[in-house]
Amino acid sequence: MTLHFDRSRAITLLQRLGSVIGLVLLFVVLSIMSPDFLTTDNLLTVLRQVSINALIAFGMTFVILAGGIDLSVGAILALTGAVTAGLMAAGHGMLLSAGAGLALGLLLGIVNGALVSWGRVAPFIATLGTMTLLRGLTLSYTQGSPIPVTNSGFALIGGGYVAHLIPLPVIWMFAAFLVCGFLLRGTVFGRHVVAIGGNEEAARLSGVRISPMKLAIYGLSGLLSACAGIVLTSRLYSAQATAGAGYELDAIAAVVLGGTSLSGGRGWLFGTLVGALLIGFLNNGLNLLGVSSFYQQVVKGIVILIAVLLDRRQ
Amino acid sequence: MNTPLVRMHGIHKSFGPVKVLEGVDFELLPGEVHALMGENGAGKSTLMKILTGIHAPDAGGIEVDGRAVAIATPADAEKYGIAIIHQELNLIPSLSVADNLFLGREVHRFGLLDRRAMKRRATEWLARVGMERLDPGMLIERLSVGQQQMVEIARALGQEARVLIMDEPTAALTEHETATLFKLIRELREQGKGIVYVSHRMEEIFAICDRISVLRDGQFVGTRPVPGLGFDEVVKMMVGRTLDARYPVRTPKIGEVRLKAEHIGGGPVHDVSFELHAGEVLGVAGLLGAGRTELARLIFGLDRLSSGKVTLDGIEVTPRSPSEAIRAGFGFVTEDRKAQGLVLDLSLRENVSLPRVPARAGLVDRAAETKQTRGLIDALKIRTRDMELEARSLSGGNQQKVVLAKWLALKPRVLILDEPTRGVDVGGKAEIYHIINQLAEQGVAILMISSELPEVLAMSDRILVMHEGHATALLDAHGATQEAVMTAATGGK
Repeated sequence: MTLHFDRSRAITLLQRLGSVIGLVLLFVVLSIMSPDFLTTDNLLTVLRQVSINALIAFGMTFVILAGGIDLSVGAILALTGAVTAGLMAAGHGMLLSAGAGLALGLLLGIVNGALVSWGRVAPFIATLGTMTLLRGLTLSYTQGSPIPVTNSGFALIGGGYVAHLIPLPVIWMFAAFLVCGFLLRGTVFGRHVVAIGGNEEAARLSGVRISPMKLAIYGLSGLLSACAGIVLTSRLYSAQATAGAGYELDAIAAVVLGGTSLSGGRGWLFGTLVGALLIGFLNNGLNLLGVSSFYQQVVKGIVILIAVLLDRRQ
Repeated sequence: MNTPLVRMHGIHKSFGPVKVLEGVDFELLPGEVHALMGENGAGKSTLMKILTGIHAPDAGGIEVDGRAVAIATPADAEKYGIAIIHQELNLIPSLSVADNLFLGREVHRFGLLDRRAMKRRATEWLARVGMERLDPGMLIERLSVGQQQMVEIARALGQEARVLIMDEPTAALTEHETATLFKLIRELREQGKGIVYVSHRMEEIFAICDRISVLRDGQFVGTRPVPGLGFDEVVKMMVGRTLDARYPVRTPKIGEVRLKAEHIGGGPVHDVSFELHAGEVLGVAGLLGAGRTELARLIFGLDRLSSGKVTLDGIEVTPRSPSEAIRAGFGFVTEDRKAQGLVLDLSLRENVSLPRVPARAGLVDRAAETKQTRGLIDALKIRTRDMELEARSLSGGNQQKVVLAKWLALKPRVLILDEPTRGVDVGGKAEIYHIINQLAEQGVAILMISSELPEVLAMSDRILVMHEGHATALLDAHGATQEAVMTAATGGK
């Protein structure tokens, strides 16, 4: 009997390593097939592209681990980016503007959490609602036209480099990874996130306060989406109402590719990082190989399906 | 009568290098109720999964009516008339009785459902289990567990099953429903059906079964006819030794009043008051639906009180949430350990420390956590190689000990136990009784809900009996009889 379960443990490990193995294989294949792939420039460019999705996906990992889903991340990114840019355009300083953007992201996330916990709305529906609502708010706030950013200090957040080599967004990504990883593995908060996703009733009966936890979990997701919004606005020198459209799906894909179960309670943050990288390098490789963007979508879809099928094997 | 309905011989089954069944024989005669017994993990369910085509045996054969057959899929099992009634019933709650009876084999004409024909046949099928008065259009979710089980049996019989495997069939039934089920089982026996009865409940098995087969650690221990068989002998066959005593003795050291519940009301519970002393075990008896679990949930702050207050060591606490209850000093071992007690995907260690993770300023103190878990594993004799194993991988008895360990880590002042030994094998039960006694001796006040009357009578100091949400009696356990408890539990005077 016991080994039977060790086997399931081994399968879990294999699934987890699956995404890593996939990433390594992709790396090797692309290195062989395209001479432009394995260059410092290309790799750093990809990392910079990945950073936005990774930031959002880290927050999404917490939400999914706790048995929820957050569809509003892309919309939060757009609104917080627009508000940050708008405040700067109105003459406010960069710190105040960015701080306000982050606070807004946190608040919007908490609203999601309140709908899900106190309002007892299914997470999919609650965040679908806020997603639509926030998109509309962003459109009316920006009047549909981009808000340009002129603050050169702010532009560094997304466009700057460390040692003239490593893009700053990549640093943010790894910093967020370390902080979130520690939050998940090393704190009582992280333990409770996984417990809620694994069995909410058992967690509640063990005295875990579910509602405040959900406010915090969705709040964290909102905060990280705002971070992504600020980085993106900074890199593009402008905030656009349509920014981040579809990013929620990329983030979910990264989480699932990384081996986190969509039903909650099982998963890890490192997998999400790997999942985000996998998507990034896949896009990059297909571009380098000259695959049409239509087929790129097909390939991405197939990869996600394979990952989900593997997840179902448990 | 001579040709067995089913004969399994020399069945071997391994999962990887672990041998789950080693040369097991099992035979079921027509018109026989045959108990299959053994501790958790002995291989009973694997054997039944082989018989129903879910697992394939590595070696050994199966004969049906004396002919060797291969049962490779559940469909094969159905073809040979073998059906299983699961402990967790396999019905779709939002569909009607008739829809469920014909699920997957709907009566139709040119692809259109023939509802009239199905309804008529459903009534016929239900009549076979004495449920002809049940409306086939009724939704399953509106039926009691006992009725649902009857529907499942009706479905199996409708599919011409001759071999019925019942897995802990009475686990969720009331006394009355159990009696109805036994009546049906006896009728089916008269009709020449064979019934495999898998259960831990010794009294029931002696009441209803003709023969008992026992497995231990995947080995076939033997088959014995029930008449003339002693309870002790069966236990000895199952655990390989004689247990000292079924219920360990405790010298009560009753202290001051610890918990005072006054006029508790809410949901189905009406105006229940009682006192619980330090070091006392207060049993709560009653039929299913008497409001026992609901009473526990109200005291633990899980459901909203409509009236009443809870006082702990002289201070009013009346918890409004589990977290408040836990801070006040309550622990609650729930009835359903899988659904409510454990996070099955988390490790044993993480489950044990869930109510209070050893931490400093929000950061988990892994060393302290490991030490605490190690201590509890030793204290409760949880058998596992590794505290990092998922809770899901433990046997029922060990899982229940993990749930206990979870609360012991908090050193509760009042521990509520809801059906603490349900689904736990004989050896595991004895160990849990020991733990309960130890806790009481240490001065913990224990409120123990149980549907097993012998358990309530033997373990409690006093017994609170409930009937339809009211407390109908408070008996001194020493000198109380099953009859006295049952009278109060059924509302009699």
